[in-house]
Amino acid sequence: MPDEQSRKAKSGRLLDIRNLRIEATTYPPGEPPKTITLVHDVSLTLERGKVLGLIGESGAGKSTIGLASMGYGRGGCRIIGGEVVLNGRDILKGGRSGLRKLRGREVCYVAQSAAAAFNPAHQLMDQVVEASLLHGTAKRAAAEKRAVELFRKLGLPDPENIGKRYPHQVSGGQLQRVMTAMALCSEPDLIVFDEPTTALDVTTQIDVLAAIRDAIRDTGVAALYITHDLAVVAQVADEIMVLRHGRLVEWGDTRQIIKEPRQEYTNALVSVHEIEHQEKKAADTPFLSVKNVTAAYGQGTVKVLKNVSVDIHSGQTLAVVGESGSGKSTLARAITGLLPPMEGSITFGGKKLSNALSARSKEDLRQLQMVYQMADVAMNPRQPISTIIGRPLEFYFGMKGAERDRRVAELLDKIEMGKGFADRYPAELSGGQKQRVCIARALAAKPKLIICDEVTSALDPLVANGILKLLLELQAEEGVAYLFITHDLATVRSIADSIAVMYRGEVVRYGSKSEVLAPPFDPYTDLLLSSVPEMEIGWLDKAIASRRMESAGN
Amino acid sequence: MSSPILKLIVQRVALGIVLLFAVSLLIFVGTEILPGDVAQSILGQTATPQALAALREELGLNDPAYVRYLRWLGGVLSGDLGTALTSGHDIASSISDRLANTLFLAACAAVVAVPLAILLGLLAVRYRNGPVDKAISAFALASTSFPEFFIGYLLVFFFAVKWQFFPAISTVFDGMSFIDRLHAVALPATALTLVVLAHMMRMTRAAILNVMQSAYIETAELKGLRPLEVIRKHAFPNAIAPVVNVVMLNLAYLIVGVVVVEVIFVYPGMGQYLVDHVAKRDVPVVQAVGLIFAAVYILLNIVADISAILANPRLRHPK
Repeated sequence: MPDEQSRKAKSGRLLDIRNLRIEATTYPPGEPPKTITLVHDVSLTLERGKVLGLIGESGAGKSTIGLASMGYGRGGCRIIGGEVVLNGRDILKGGRSGLRKLRGREVCYVAQSAAAAFNPAHQLMDQVVEASLLHGTAKRAAAEKRAVELFRKLGLPDPENIGKRYPHQVSGGQLQRVMTAMALCSEPDLIVFDEPTTALDVTTQIDVLAAIRDAIRDTGVAALYITHDLAVVAQVADEIMVLRHGRLVEWGDTRQIIKEPRQEYTNALVSVHEIEHQEKKAADTPFLSVKNVTAAYGQGTVKVLKNVSVDIHSGQTLAVVGESGSGKSTLARAITGLLPPMEGSITFGGKKLSNALSARSKEDLRQLQMVYQMADVAMNPRQPISTIIGRPLEFYFGMKGAERDRRVAELLDKIEMGKGFADRYPAELSGGQKQRVCIARALAAKPKLIICDEVTSALDPLVANGILKLLLELQAEEGVAYLFITHDLATVRSIADSIAVMYRGEVVRYGSKSEVLAPPFDPYTDLLLSSVPEMEIGWLDKAIASRRMESAGN
Repeated sequence: MSSPILKLIVQRVALGIVLLFAVSLLIFVGTEILPGDVAQSILGQTATPQALAALREELGLNDPAYVRYLRWLGGVLSGDLGTALTSGHDIASSISDRLANTLFLAACAAVVAVPLAILLGLLAVRYRNGPVDKAISAFALASTSFPEFFIGYLLVFFFAVKWQFFPAISTVFDGMSFIDRLHAVALPATALTLVVLAHMMRMTRAAILNVMQSAYIETAELKGLRPLEVIRKHAFPNAIAPVVNVVMLNLAYLIVGVVVVEVIFVYPGMGQYLVDHVAKRDVPVVQAVGLIFAAVYILLNIVADISAILANPRLRHPK
């Protein structure tokens, strides 16, 4: 058992992970089960009250290591070697009941998606104080009092009553703060933050990040902060550990990692966003023009697009930026005819496109293709890549047999994937490869416009970067135009020729990239721009101090 | 309370009433197209044509079908189910005792079967894929796979004949004490429990296992809750809707599908009454019993729907 005296102490070593080795068994279809090693002999130490950032791409083993500090293996992961010494004892030797005693008491967990991590059937307060009551750290009244204080500290609206709400009645950014309050409520020594702001809009992320940072500082809890975003972790962490493929790449204090990275891989992470993209001059007449479009869901009750007008020029990219709920994707749905506009018109190549999808010709359909955020669910998992890419060839051009196969091979070549991928299934590809296949499928129709809806949002920065480069190359070769929907302004700088900033269904700023990104800014664009994390220590304080308006997510 | 929930519930109830009228029409049409003549079956093969004609006139059989339907429906709505052709008794009063008996037997079986099935389902999830889970599934599936009459006779053989704990024939009568009644229905109730157990248990297990994939289950585990607490407190409340649905289907079966068990134990319930009168071609009785069975089904399904609505926090607590 941990000695109460050492638990109370504010300094000293809290966590000492030595030579941690974690395995998992996978069951690929049609093959014998394979055992893979997810974490290779990683060691780390954490002092009381300090924050260690774990950073890396997906598959780096960050979450797996974070959860190992609670002795937890997600989805069949097994800790097969090493020691996890917490408060002076190896928790892996304490058995199941020993682990249950420390979970929720000495170590708490904040998940990436608080929306999924809260039980929809119970009120928030019951869930927030559950661990405190279970471990007997406080009586109900005292625990609720502490929870309300934490809600207040984390900047939640109506802290006295928000606990009476159910998870679905609270926004994503607020839930993330409630989850942080839940983790802090039982006064643990360590909190594992697993990508707590990744799923949020930039404008919301900054508030949540500041709330988490202040809460950590004020309560003196130690933290493992897991993220793939170096700029985010630089704002909260004392030290940063870079991981790749389950191995340690580099470990140092925050300043050293972001200013003087010693490893090549760290350097690549630090300098990932920079693609130079020269803005193209708009031609006189756009080929696609959206005029005063208003669209709504539920027979006109919920207007999600209000009087939107934008133009798209041949071979150029219009980026549509805004936070979730601003109507970006709805604009795409209106253009493709999936959600026929109530008012306004869409002109394509000089003639008006019919609003409804069913009234458009096959040729009109061919000219507008889409690539989605979630490549996994945008492909039929039971079809091989050749069928997936070959389908638009058959459908629009009637290609068959060898001719089709040759064209599929050409397209695979264009997306920098070899012919060998033709017979593979989506499940065998990585996230980036899947997105490439989706791009090839869109390209197969030889469209004039590809609508890219958050195509890089679910990808690791380095992979996303590769996708952006590919899109730019394809644009140069094929002359295809993009309507690029994103919430990420860094991506916008790399790819856009013109930009439309959307806020609550309206275009609040529109023009060429250089115009839109040059001051003076309207308040919302200013908020968006200033919310993008910069790889700069102390950025967060400066950004919060200089803001002119609150984000819509609050 | 909020209006969307009230609206949904009112919709369900209204739908149930519409459905009940549709069923009454179906029952009437069904018995109408059956071959045979009621007057003939009352008076027998030897009746004179004059007697037949007189009886038809008296029973109103010469009226058009819709008139007879409306007359029947009007009777039903005012609590008059007609008279049995074979005995001349008032159907409503003969049925009320038997319906009470059937409901009593069903309630006895349900009181044991529903909690037991849910508990076994929870345990099966707690020890999933292990020997306990397999043993529970094997027992429940075996008891369901055996035909009811087989289980019934097995129970009679051991508990009534060999060890003589319970009577082999479930006689009940007015003025019997509650304990005596329980004693009388012990064996049929056990047989029914065994029949409906597996379905509910398996559905509980499947519905909870489905929920166990959710991220909030991991949250609960990472708070240090014991596995059974995780299941009871965090998984089960989110699995209520499908479980209630299958429970209600089985309750309906307990009331409507007990024919075989009632016959085996010579229990004076609805099933036996129906079987007797089908054999005698007593159309008004068949119609009345059919309508009651349909009403039971519809009522229980409405209850299941409403429970599912109430179990959904998004409907209970709108934004």
